[in-house]
Amino acid sequence: MTAMADFQIDGSVLRFSGDVSLAHIGDLPERLNAVDSPIESIDLSSTQRLDTVGAWVIHRFAEQHQARIEGLEPDQEHLMAQVVKADQPVVKPRNELPPFLRVLDEIGEATATALKTLVGLLGFMGATVLAFLNVLRHPSRFRFNATVQRFEVVGVSALGIIGLMSFLIGIVIAQQGAVQLRQFGAEALTINLVGRITLRELGVLMTAIMVAGRSGSAFAAQLGTMKLTEEIDAMRTIGVSPMEALVVPRTLAAVLMMPLLGFYASVIAIIGGGVLCWVSLGIPPVTFVQRLHEVVPITDLYVGLVKAPVFGAIIAIAGCFQGMQVEADAEQVGNRTTSAVVQAIFLVIVLDAFFAVFFTWIGWI
Amino acid sequence: MSDDIVISVRGLKNAFGEQVVHENLDLDVHRGEILGVVGGSGTGKSVLMRSIIGLQPPVEGEISVFGEPMAHLSESEALEIRKRWGVLFQGGALFSTLTVAENVQVPLREFYPKLDLALMDEIAAYKIIMAGLPADAGPKFPAELSGGMKKRAGIARALALDPELLFLDEPTAGLDPIGAAGFDELTKSLQKTLGLTVFLITHDLDTLYAICDRVAVLADKRVIAVGTIDELLALDHPWIEQYFKGPRGRAAVAAAHAGG
Repeated sequence: MTAMADFQIDGSVLRFSGDVSLAHIGDLPERLNAVDSPIESIDLSSTQRLDTVGAWVIHRFAEQHQARIEGLEPDQEHLMAQVVKADQPVVKPRNELPPFLRVLDEIGEATATALKTLVGLLGFMGATVLAFLNVLRHPSRFRFNATVQRFEVVGVSALGIIGLMSFLIGIVIAQQGAVQLRQFGAEALTINLVGRITLRELGVLMTAIMVAGRSGSAFAAQLGTMKLTEEIDAMRTIGVSPMEALVVPRTLAAVLMMPLLGFYASVIAIIGGGVLCWVSLGIPPVTFVQRLHEVVPITDLYVGLVKAPVFGAIIAIAGCFQGMQVEADAEQVGNRTTSAVVQAIFLVIVLDAFFAVFFTWIGWI
Repeated sequence: MSDDIVISVRGLKNAFGEQVVHENLDLDVHRGEILGVVGGSGTGKSVLMRSIIGLQPPVEGEISVFGEPMAHLSESEALEIRKRWGVLFQGGALFSTLTVAENVQVPLREFYPKLDLALMDEIAAYKIIMAGLPADAGPKFPAELSGGMKKRAGIARALALDPELLFLDEPTAGLDPIGAAGFDELTKSLQKTLGLTVFLITHDLDTLYAICDRVAVLADKRVIAVGTIDELLALDHPWIEQYFKGPRGRAAVAAAHAGG
């Protein structure tokens, strides 16, 4: 019953036959393009089925050859009329630039975006501080439950993975350090290495990277999705400030949880280092702890603990800022989440370098 | 006889955990008809559509589309069936990373990869205009469209393959009355010219009066009645009475009579 679409030329009449529809159109369009003899009328009386694609192809052909269309059934005529009504020139996407200009264009755009993001981030930081002050002035507006819930998500749930990571890092530092230091017969200095580097740098830095990956990304994705589903607009119209309800609890949670997590990570890393010293260097735990006490100044702990809340604030603000920038579609949620993590880790490392200089300058060496 | 039934649902049961949405639901959709599906909010109209198109595996029951039982299809058989229907989801469900024209071309590229690219552009262009969008909507991204325009773009995509069977989930919700009337007209004319069968979930009484051949009423977890609106009204069911004879229902009748 269903035959492929076909046509025959009979003098100046072109007769279609078969099923002129998308599924059976085959190479009909190409063959029609190849017709060069003058056609005055198109006869459709022997077609079986006509759909809009078939009608379109026939209509286009008729236009090109200035031909009349004949033999339509009333329903088909209606369909043809619909298609003819819809005939308007194809609108193509905006013209693309030549490759060289496109590269320049992209570099320029990326630079502009980076600058705009920097300004936006600073602005957002300011807005967060203002929201904090507002909440301080009106403590009843503080979302206690939301904040405690963020404590759990940012802090407590991260204990497992951060503990495991720190333990392994402690082992790696101790092991690598021992191998190098053995060449100088200074294996005992492994304890200095482990104790000082974890408390000063790695404990907090690795925790910050982990929190940026876990929570910074989650903040961006959550706020971004809420932005897409107009939840944030709904909040505003009800009179709830998204800065106070969403950003303040998250920032506060990150600021308060980061020092705790950083301290915890340092302790676990030291335990990892201690286990390795015990197993592979034969230093018993008691000696390890005693030695640690002698060689690690308390300022090392302060160095770590001062940095941690700053890193926490950076991570939370970068995450929330990127989340709030989502505007159009689902792809942006993904892009913004990526930017949130990249930006947070980048800023954390830049700040860490500044901190190192600063602490050396004030003599906490 | 079975040739004339495009969708047949027998003894369908759908449940989400403890919550049973459908139980013992039977429904037939005949070839070439526009079947309106109505029911209060939460009676599972969209769930019924999702189970028919295979997105929601039923707990119990048989569903066949074009005479093929949906439960036991191989991947390739399922593809053959999907080629023959078009679906419009409630929110349009456009692919947000593609332009409107590319959205319309997705089914074409998927099922007819050999189609000439220029022809494909033309098809997308006229489908977009047919669905009531301006021609310059083609290169736009869904995020740049208003809610009603997204819906129209969704319709354009659903119609891309000139399907035999069209599922529409509240197509006129969110359209302005002129657009809604235009859409009714479009559905009707496609049904007439292409022999289209339409499964139409709607709350739009004007649409029901204007284009639906039969209406199925969903309540109490099943289809309580199917028939023309006059037949339904003759049943004396309180909910149906309220639905069609409320103030909005009366206005729609008046409009339908006035329009002839």
